[in-house]
Amino acid sequence: MSKVAMINDEQALRETSENVLKLAKKYGASDAELSLNRGAGLSVEIHMNNVDKLEYHRDQGLNLTVYMGKHTGSASTGDLSLQAIEDTVKAACNIAKYTEEDKYTGLADAEMMATEVADLDLYHPWDIEADQAIEIARECEQHALQFDSRIVNSDGASISSYSGVGLIANSHGFTGVVPSSRHSLSCSVIGQEVGDDDMQRDYWYSSTRVNSELESAESVGKKAAEKTLARLQGKQISTRQANVLYSPEMARSIISHFTSAIAGGAQYRKSTFLVDCIDEKVFPEFIRLHEQPHLLRAFGSGYFDKEGVATKNRDIVVDGVVQDYIMGSYSARQLGLKSTANSGGTHNLTLDSTGQSFDELLKMLDTGFLVTELIGSGINNITGDYSRGAAGYWVENGEIQHAVEEVTVAGNLKDMFKNIVAVGNDIDLRSATRTGSILIEGMMVAGS
Amino acid sequence: MTQSILQQAQQQLFEPTGLSESHLDKVFSHLQGADLADLYFQSNRFESWVLEEGIIKNGSYSIEQGVGVRMVVGEQTGFAYSDEITFEALTASAKAASGISKIGQSASTQAWKAKQAPNVTALYATDNPLASMTEDEKIALLRLADKSARAASPHVQQVIANIAGVHEHILVADIEGNMNADVRPLVRMNVTVIVEKDGKRESAGSGGGGRFGFDYFTQADRVREYAEEAVRLALVNLDAVAAPAGAQTVVLGSGWPGILLHEAIGHGLEGDFNRKGTSAFSGRVGETVAAKGVTVVDDGTIENRRGSLSIDDEGTPSNCTTLIEDGVLKGYMQDKLNASLMGEKSTGNGRRESYAHLPMPRMTNTYMLPGNDDPEEIIASVKKGLYAVNFGGGQVDITSGKFVFSASEAYLIENGKITRPVTGATLIGNGPDVLTKVSMIGNDLAMDKGVGVCGKGGQSVPVGVGQPTLKIDGLTVGGTDA
Repeated sequence: MSKVAMINDEQALRETSENVLKLAKKYGASDAELSLNRGAGLSVEIHMNNVDKLEYHRDQGLNLTVYMGKHTGSASTGDLSLQAIEDTVKAACNIAKYTEEDKYTGLADAEMMATEVADLDLYHPWDIEADQAIEIARECEQHALQFDSRIVNSDGASISSYSGVGLIANSHGFTGVVPSSRHSLSCSVIGQEVGDDDMQRDYWYSSTRVNSELESAESVGKKAAEKTLARLQGKQISTRQANVLYSPEMARSIISHFTSAIAGGAQYRKSTFLVDCIDEKVFPEFIRLHEQPHLLRAFGSGYFDKEGVATKNRDIVVDGVVQDYIMGSYSARQLGLKSTANSGGTHNLTLDSTGQSFDELLKMLDTGFLVTELIGSGINNITGDYSRGAAGYWVENGEIQHAVEEVTVAGNLKDMFKNIVAVGNDIDLRSATRTGSILIEGMMVAGS
Repeated sequence: MTQSILQQAQQQLFEPTGLSESHLDKVFSHLQGADLADLYFQSNRFESWVLEEGIIKNGSYSIEQGVGVRMVVGEQTGFAYSDEITFEALTASAKAASGISKIGQSASTQAWKAKQAPNVTALYATDNPLASMTEDEKIALLRLADKSARAASPHVQQVIANIAGVHEHILVADIEGNMNADVRPLVRMNVTVIVEKDGKRESAGSGGGGRFGFDYFTQADRVREYAEEAVRLALVNLDAVAAPAGAQTVVLGSGWPGILLHEAIGHGLEGDFNRKGTSAFSGRVGETVAAKGVTVVDDGTIENRRGSLSIDDEGTPSNCTTLIEDGVLKGYMQDKLNASLMGEKSTGNGRRESYAHLPMPRMTNTYMLPGNDDPEEIIASVKKGLYAVNFGGGQVDITSGKFVFSASEAYLIENGKITRPVTGATLIGNGPDVLTKVSMIGNDLAMDKGVGVCGKGGQSVPVGVGQPTLKIDGLTVGGTDA
């Protein structure tokens, strides 16, 4: 999508937005808020040097919520024709006639709307043609396949590029437009030891706002191969208590379990193991977790949330103590608090490192389990019970001994948070949540 | 005489923009040289309502429609889609999809003409489920759920009930002239409760549904059953102790625990992974992968079930496909592309989330046939082990074959008796050998209640599972109790 197309799309979305808000009034809504998006992209997947898939994406959509006093109705459509839009507005208004009065519902407070909106440099369309994309993905896969004879198959190398415009508007008069792009290059290959039936797969990927910042095809391919080779001849270990080091990609999930627990919805429903935890010391004193919404080119950046509420740098955990929840205006009203501008998610949530490199963390782990993959969703948000399938490496004296598979790691999240010993400086920037590896003491590893 | 399903689909998908067969002829002219090319037209109407804190809080309605154009040459697929079902949009999508082929347009293109649609047995009514009840009646179901849950126990603190329905029209036209359509209803209801007792809190949910109208929920006291089941489960877990950790004998209950088959066996037997040789089951047809007596099928032909399809998303009538017969691996689940590349026939498992996604081999209703053992005798045969009857989600690594699934209701078995409930039990195993450890198969085959969703490659589709009570020797349980 070119710059010109973006400007045209932005104009079209603005007109649609005005039309929707006008129609909402006409059909009886006292207030309304909406999000609109429009974008296009391309993705290519290569398998064993063959073009497996070439896909052109073109998406658009409208999500609308209307309020009739304190009654709420929602509707959405992927068809932005005038007729479909009118039908969608009518559907939302019809629903609001049947929903009941909910004193907490409505737009976010008008005085919280974002007023300062600067360019966060999120939009870098890549005019890549199919042939060029195919060539890059092929090169990436070749580097992985040729890395070692034990790489015997590919699970695909792919490249994708997407750019588009998002618009948020509401009947306070707020309209915010965010053009953005995302490009990624990934490779997944399969390894097998000579004379062994078992196969292992692992992958690597690079993902950025700006295509020129993507890792090279060679680097992505080689890392995928290295990761796969390291997993060969994995074995189950016996059931035992162990200290566990989560790689940065896996460590992210530990933070997400915390954010689910302090989400406004979980707090007002008391469906969390951390009920009413503001000012509670949940982590060790060296833990700081904060949001940085205004980083240039980052995936979690934005000057406003889905309700138009202005974002700002803010601390969520300081010295291990919870400062505030993660919520939009609805949950905030339920709790008698103010929105934290998190309708739709967090903004570059960052766990500060305690300074150690990954190698130093391995030394600190000394003997224990390095987790590089988690599967399944064995988390109980209301009790904090945690039990997930895991794969990774057994470490002794700070050195990797062998790959481990078919085991689970289990504990209770409350204890796990308290038992964090260190956070690495090997921060993974490919996501809207930023953390390095996390070392946690005293978990249960179940195996043979 | 009522309209045929094809006529209903054409009326919904073609008539609004005046699309006709002669337009399809022109669109297919851009896809000449394809080994397989199809147009997938879809229109969806979705509606949902949610009750929380005793009030109807919100409802939502959505309109989705569009067309996906696919062109396959050899192993290569080109794909583009549009949310407008117009001749212009179809032409643009066809030109983009044909970028996969360097072959120019064939000089002697035959005019495209729809063949006579085959007779397909409809497995569900085509009536719009959203119109099967008034808004007030739908809301009344949610109120009944709330009331039933609160009446079931004084410890109930929160009740969240939701009801959702979809009415979907699809039409698939391929370059060979095959044109087939389906009109699919799907409804679902869920009740989630939070209970509190002596300062301890637990949450649990229950629900059901299928390819029916909303009136399904007014029958057989289903709403009350969902509500009471959710409360029962939550109360059981209030008293649960930590699950034991390590390898042990596990008895899986009938019905929903069939998620084991879906994760451990099902995904690994999908044609795409096997065509590419990336599955732990690749090249193993004919080998013994389960204990004697174990027979597993994928059956899309059961009337009104959530995972059932009269035709799949490539227009192929669904089938009952035997995956494992008496312990021996028989075959894979296929869509058209992977079947033809493997020299097989589609098994009617070509499914896609929407017009904006490519079809791939997916499961429908996957279950194990019953054996001869009495479920009570199965439990009685275990000296020390785990009895798991309800599950949350599961996941599998296709290549290594390792799978997990997490129990939401499980008990210790001690000396042949079910004793205390346990919490936090995730089961992990190896797909290709877990079924070789099956030592007893119950005579009590049951299917799940109709709430399953399967995710693969970023696409979600509704599925079903089922099984009889099963005894598995030596499965690893990921508890915290040493």
